[in-house]
Amino acid sequence: MAKTYVQINEKIAKGEAVVVTAEEMTEIVAAEGAKKAAQEVDVVTTGTFGPMCSSGVFLNLGQIKPRMKFEKAWLSGVPAYAGMAAVDVYIGATELPDDDPRNKVFPGAFEYGGGHVIEDLVSGKPVRLRGIAYGTDCYPRREIEKTVTIRDVPEAILTNPRNAYQNYNVAVNKSDKVIYTYMGILQPHMGNANYCSAGQLSPLLNDPFYRTIGVGTRIFLGGTQGYVWSAGTQHNPGVARTEKGLPKTPAATLAVTGNLKEMSPEWVRGASLTGYGATLALGIGVPIPILDEEMAAYTAVRDEDICVQVVDYSRDYPQGRNKVLGFVNYRQLRDGKITVEGKEVPTGGLSSYARAKDITNLLKQMIKEGKFFLSEPVAQLPGAKA
Amino acid sequence: MIKKRLVLRFPPDLIDQPITYQLVKEYDLMVNILQGTVTPHEEGRLVVEIGGERKAVEKGLAYLSRLGVELQPLARDVHWHPAKCTHCTVCVPLCPTRAFTVSRENMTVSFDKNRCIACELCVRACPYKAIEILF
Repeated sequence: MAKTYVQINEKIAKGEAVVVTAEEMTEIVAAEGAKKAAQEVDVVTTGTFGPMCSSGVFLNLGQIKPRMKFEKAWLSGVPAYAGMAAVDVYIGATELPDDDPRNKVFPGAFEYGGGHVIEDLVSGKPVRLRGIAYGTDCYPRREIEKTVTIRDVPEAILTNPRNAYQNYNVAVNKSDKVIYTYMGILQPHMGNANYCSAGQLSPLLNDPFYRTIGVGTRIFLGGTQGYVWSAGTQHNPGVARTEKGLPKTPAATLAVTGNLKEMSPEWVRGASLTGYGATLALGIGVPIPILDEEMAAYTAVRDEDICVQVVDYSRDYPQGRNKVLGFVNYRQLRDGKITVEGKEVPTGGLSSYARAKDITNLLKQMIKEGKFFLSEPVAQLPGAKA
Repeated sequence: MIKKRLVLRFPPDLIDQPITYQLVKEYDLMVNILQGTVTPHEEGRLVVEIGGERKAVEKGLAYLSRLGVELQPLARDVHWHPAKCTHCTVCVPLCPTRAFTVSRENMTVSFDKNRCIACELCVRACPYKAIEILF
């Protein structure tokens, strides 16, 4: 007997919903089977925490007397896009201060960028605002410089075009020198292999055909409640899949949004990738309603079932060649070593499994306490199974 | 004549003793204090360069050890800040001495300072500046 969102939310309201984490669901289905698990469990919580470069914040800075229409703006020296109405700006996670030396002294440290501005805002720390304008009859002011905090600005809305990738790559370096990438520092001759996914906890790997995650899905975002507003950029559901339907290469993505004023610095962290740039690490959690046996089976996904491609980031990735060195699974990656072309390679993550697990527990708690309700998508993502 | 750069850690009961004076007067050592901090009710931390005849330096360091001062070569003073660490594990495969390890059960990172040789590979690798070289 299938369940509906309404029925599940009624149970949440009464404090009767059975909510388990993705890790717990794996054990339940292994022990009892998907059919019984579907009858017992109402919601499975998923989570992920890692660098998510396609992130940023829309800020409305509030009008000033006399009024101003920003032409250019900087927050703590980091440029914010001002090509919108009056005092609206967008600060992107990877933006750098104009005077940052970048990679001129290689590898650059990228100590402070947009992601750090966002973390400072979330932390309530003062941020230095500078703006210039050409001046108009209705907006005469030409410059401003002042200190603001998140409490001073009318709105701060985290709005990210691409987060929570469904699977990713494992990065290695086959060249004979160290390389510095968005997948971290990679030692020559495949000295290490870095991955970036929460694997069996990852939201889109627990709903591989987007039956329940769609436009309008309420999610845990940065410590508060946010929403999916679209399929993310580079959303690519039509890739090769395993027998269980899990994509073998990077596939779906989510565009998400939420009120930055309600978020916590614990889940919104500025990050610096040596030789690459600045970014934002973010915590996202998605509750998955166990509507039927099929959803129970999907959420029982295990790390050993999830296949991921190993890619050489010294030549193939930068040159845009679609060469794959081999496939491994997340069980092997989390155990600390994989074998690539006959060589044993130690692994490191960029996505934190420990923090992802914290999110699944936190979200579980929120739902059990009746503080978080599920929402039915108002539109499905491209490639979704009907 | 040799010179050594050391991090000295004083337990709370030694903070009020003129130990540097003794090193100069009794052991004939040059003591150049590079950095010093005393935290109330905690420990004293001194970064020093100690110079003198090899034997005198050895005797001076033996005197410090007898008193209960913890000695560490300056190069090894690598600090891991658990509060800043997100347990992503990106530092783990880079560490040549396995000072960073992962508990595979819950995927949390821990740092064994005694294994660290201060190669600093992890410092650049950490996206969250959770590893710091303290001088």
